[in-house]
Amino acid sequence: MAMACIVGAALLLLVSGTPGLVFSRRSNYSERISVALVALAALYGVGGCVSLLLGGQAQQLVVAGYLPIGALVLRADAVAVVFLLPIFVISLCGALYGLRYWPQRQQPRNGRKLRLCYGILAGSMALVVLAADAVLFIVVWEMMAVAGYFLITTEDDKAAVRQAGYVYIVATHLGTAALLVMFILLEQMGGSLVFPAMHSLVATPLAGVVFVLALFGFGSKAGLMPLHLWLPGGHGSAPAHVSAILSGVMIKTGIYGLVRVSGFFVAPPPWWGWLLLVMGVVSAVMGVVFAIAQHDIKRLLAYHSVENIGIIAMGLGLALLGRSYHLPVLAALGLAGALLHVVNHSLFKSLLFYCAGAVIHATGTQEIDRYGGLIKTMPKTALLFVGAAVAICGLPPLNGFVSEWFIYLGFFRAVQHSSIAVTLSALLAPALALVGGLAVACFVKVFGITFLGAPRSRQAGDGHEAAALMLWPMAFIMLVCVLIGVMPVLVKALLGPALAAWGIDAVTLPQMFAHARLDAVGGCAAALLALVLLVAGGLRWQRRRHVQQRGATWGCGYQFATARIQYTASSFAELLVGMFSWGLLPHREQPRINGVLPEPTAFCSHTPDVVLDRLVLPAASRFAAACATVRHYLQHGILGIYILYMAAALALLLVVAGGW
Amino acid sequence: MNEQLLHILPLLVTLINFYILASRRLLACVEAVALQGALIAFLPLLLHGTSAHAVVIAGGAFLLKGIIIPLLLIRAMRRLGIAREIESLIGFVPTMVIGVAITAVAFLCADVLPLAAQHYQSLVVPTALATMSCGLLLIITRRKALTQVLGYLVLENGIYIFGTLLSEALPLMVEAGVLLDLLVTVFIMGIVLHQIKREFATLDTSPLTELKE
Amino acid sequence: MADILLHNLLLLLLAPLLPGVIGKTKAFFAGRKGAPLLQLYYDLARLARKGMVVSDTTSWVFFAGPVLALAVPLLAGQFLPFGALAAPLSFNGDALVYVYMFGLLRFFTASAALDTGSPFEGMGAAREVSYAALLEPGILLVLLVLGRLAGDFSLQGMLSSATLSASWHGSEVALGLITAALLVVVLAENARIPVDDPNTHLELTMIHEVMVLDHSGPALGLIEYGSALKLWLTGALVIQLVVPLLLPPQLGASALTAAFVVGQMLLAVIIGVIESAMARLSLPRIPALIIGAGLLAAFALVLVLR
Repeated sequence: MAMACIVGAALLLLVSGTPGLVFSRRSNYSERISVALVALAALYGVGGCVSLLLGGQAQQLVVAGYLPIGALVLRADAVAVVFLLPIFVISLCGALYGLRYWPQRQQPRNGRKLRLCYGILAGSMALVVLAADAVLFIVVWEMMAVAGYFLITTEDDKAAVRQAGYVYIVATHLGTAALLVMFILLEQMGGSLVFPAMHSLVATPLAGVVFVLALFGFGSKAGLMPLHLWLPGGHGSAPAHVSAILSGVMIKTGIYGLVRVSGFFVAPPPWWGWLLLVMGVVSAVMGVVFAIAQHDIKRLLAYHSVENIGIIAMGLGLALLGRSYHLPVLAALGLAGALLHVVNHSLFKSLLFYCAGAVIHATGTQEIDRYGGLIKTMPKTALLFVGAAVAICGLPPLNGFVSEWFIYLGFFRAVQHSSIAVTLSALLAPALALVGGLAVACFVKVFGITFLGAPRSRQAGDGHEAAALMLWPMAFIMLVCVLIGVMPVLVKALLGPALAAWGIDAVTLPQMFAHARLDAVGGCAAALLALVLLVAGGLRWQRRRHVQQRGATWGCGYQFATARIQYTASSFAELLVGMFSWGLLPHREQPRINGVLPEPTAFCSHTPDVVLDRLVLPAASRFAAACATVRHYLQHGILGIYILYMAAALALLLVVAGGW
Repeated sequence: MNEQLLHILPLLVTLINFYILASRRLLACVEAVALQGALIAFLPLLLHGTSAHAVVIAGGAFLLKGIIIPLLLIRAMRRLGIAREIESLIGFVPTMVIGVAITAVAFLCADVLPLAAQHYQSLVVPTALATMSCGLLLIITRRKALTQVLGYLVLENGIYIFGTLLSEALPLMVEAGVLLDLLVTVFIMGIVLHQIKREFATLDTSPLTELKE
Repeated sequence: MADILLHNLLLLLLAPLLPGVIGKTKAFFAGRKGAPLLQLYYDLARLARKGMVVSDTTSWVFFAGPVLALAVPLLAGQFLPFGALAAPLSFNGDALVYVYMFGLLRFFTASAALDTGSPFEGMGAAREVSYAALLEPGILLVLLVLGRLAGDFSLQGMLSSATLSASWHGSEVALGLITAALLVVVLAENARIPVDDPNTHLELTMIHEVMVLDHSGPALGLIEYGSALKLWLTGALVIQLVVPLLLPPQLGASALTAAFVVGQMLLAVIIGVIESAMARLSLPRIPALIIGAGLLAAFALVLVLR
């Protein structure tokens, strides 16, 4: 029953955009029907997930083989549920949000395309998580990738958007190629295209190849540095609710793949965990550092996805180390942190993109330096943004803290071990602390420059609050964030079965939850909220009883202050960008100033992506140039020569075929 | 007591390494190198007891490393009017980070080396390794010729620490020869410094790149 | 129950004494008489009875800073043992709640500064969050060392004098190193020389003080009281660490607590001496100091791991 609900929901999502094919471009009806379909799917999907968790058993569905490739196998276990829940919930939130953010009436050019692909993306994501054989997996994986491409290039009349889409499609297909090879190798090891059961394969040297291929294929989808090429451009170009589902949910399918594939093997060798840990640390630190250097609010949020994927990878790396060294509690803590962060990140990252969308809608620009003082015109959005920012920085009392806390506990578990091979991993824990601190710096910058102070441009001053239909989904997500933060005991019901499904045994689970006292953390978060309310109440009471005055901000003696003398996002980030310039390689245009009375001049700085803009694109263009040179020698325009080529190729094939 | 000193002394030496890497003031660096030299001079006594052999080595090292060479360097600084600030090729924070990283590797991996049984778990071996690599790091990353001499001294300190483990087996003549070599090297470097200063009117070694081909 | 009450009374009543002690020490070295020891108490009482001047640019975020400045230390104080007084709240991993709550405080203090729209306050906020981000790994390394030595991951377990006095035999160098690192943390977190100068009068050079320029009346009172509490709480880490080294382990409970309180006052004197003897570091050198402290803690971790 649960399985039927979930699969039905996935299929419903898949077709949810089709009403647009029937109705006219500017019609309201098609998008309303489509949202209703998504809502129905979300209802069935979440219901199915809950009943699956309550039932406690993994369920399987085999679609008998009418196709030449044999039967298709779909399987839902608790690990899948962890990924399915965000897919269903965020799809619905995004669909509702889109009604006002990207209404078809105002976007006749691409409104229907967006709805159609949005549905295909959501449905295929759910099917990716459900697929339990390689053929089905690759097919739906590819559907998801292509739908993602059309969503990123929604505004395909802009050159920058087309460029971002191109980078995305290349990156995702390189990943898919790696995955194809990986599945072939897996088939040779397990003897079937159907996924092997958890812990059923021995980690031979060939398994190492499988893991590296999986890391490449899934890592490029997830956005692990340095495979994150497509993320900043892709998330920056798409409409906000699409960025939300791409960044909050789709990249997690890469994590899902890593969790699934690494779960197939008994006792993986330690280098798997180490590799994942180190890549996680690099992604997390460099992701947040790049985020700090950005001026574009959506690019900035995209880099934060790289950071959070890094944190998730660190958790997963710890889990693998725990498996390698037979430390079940360590494995459980790491995996619990990783999985919970998957859920948490999908919540607060979507919320942040929705807020960013509302801001862009109100001001018409993505440049943080042109915002300012928006809290006056959009108080509700500001409140939701600050909540999401606190959550993504991993600060109590919200949900981000709980998942990072699990990962920290994993590190502390590791540091107490007797073997140096395990304890060394603790030397990476400070990276997580650094990331936390830098994330605070980054979000103080975004929140402060965007919403606080005085407006820096006319558009910022004329902003307007987001529509109610946009605010409601956002408020709902915020509520879930608070709920997980204050009552993390609730997630036990989700995490327990998921850990068990990944092969954490029944003895370890209670041990782990006794080690990580979720009730205590939740209690602290609640106490903190209560104390804040208490002090705030006290302050309010005091203010009522005494005379209050309004005045101008103290200008430190300077009399002619305008909004333009405020600190900007670039100046706020200057210190940290300078400290990390060895990795960021920021680009500065700094004219020389001569004389006592210099001419008016301008300064500008921006930080392109090091891997994409300084490494891959130049290398690719050089390769293309080399190919052009070769072609120059081969291409003559003489028919006879071409026939010679063909004959030579045929002869070569004959030799190869005969020789083998 | 002896045990405890053997525990603390190598770590003090390591901390002095960090201090030298982090400090910007040349005089402070020279003093730190002198202190380090004086401290490690006592190592043979701690390791091998107060035999005549050990006392001679310790005394010689103390005089030379702790007093004579630093005085020579300070004299050279005065004579040449060397600026007090140290210049670094890659900045101070990166140097510090690299220094601590290689020290950490030395401490974590020393026991992987094929050591004599009594030296396992000892702090002396990793300290020697760490001191040598910090000396190398100084030579590589610092720009002024005098700081490079300092790096050389730190490197030599590391070698000396290694030597003390063997000093039972090592004849006195060899030890004395090494110490003498050191003194001569410092003299030669002093002369070279003087020449660099005269030729380029600075002690920065970067102009030396002009000499290539 | 009585213990918990005493624990909180110590925190709430004695914390404002520390800035007084620091001030007196500095006055002594400067050859002045200085403000009375209880100056902060008078200030707080006065501020509580005042009205506020609030900038037109500000919103509710402006008040979130002061509110959290008090709320966070109040809760964070519950995780620390004071001498023999056990921490009222203790569980595995509470050390992280402690550290991250101060992160929350920093988020809102810096946001409140940006809320005024003043360029100077923006500058202070940028510096505060940048330097604090560099400080964070050092704090975590200290916790890792303590956690490794104690085999426990609650602040109560890490800082109990019984475990520590055992650890001081054998891991004395590592503990010494993290004490030094923690001292830098105390100075940096509480905006003290050599990282920041709490008494400077030039906005351009300030870090922490410039962020609260626009606060007045009870809001300023909350901030002042909160920073005294924070000084007490960060200082408590150092004192808990050092007391077992200096005093015999078989000391009675009340003597231990008394030693803790005396230690806090001594730490305030030491901070006063540092402030009198040193100048503030130039801004580009502050990261070197902070990272250096972190590296010392990292080396300490290597020492306890091998």
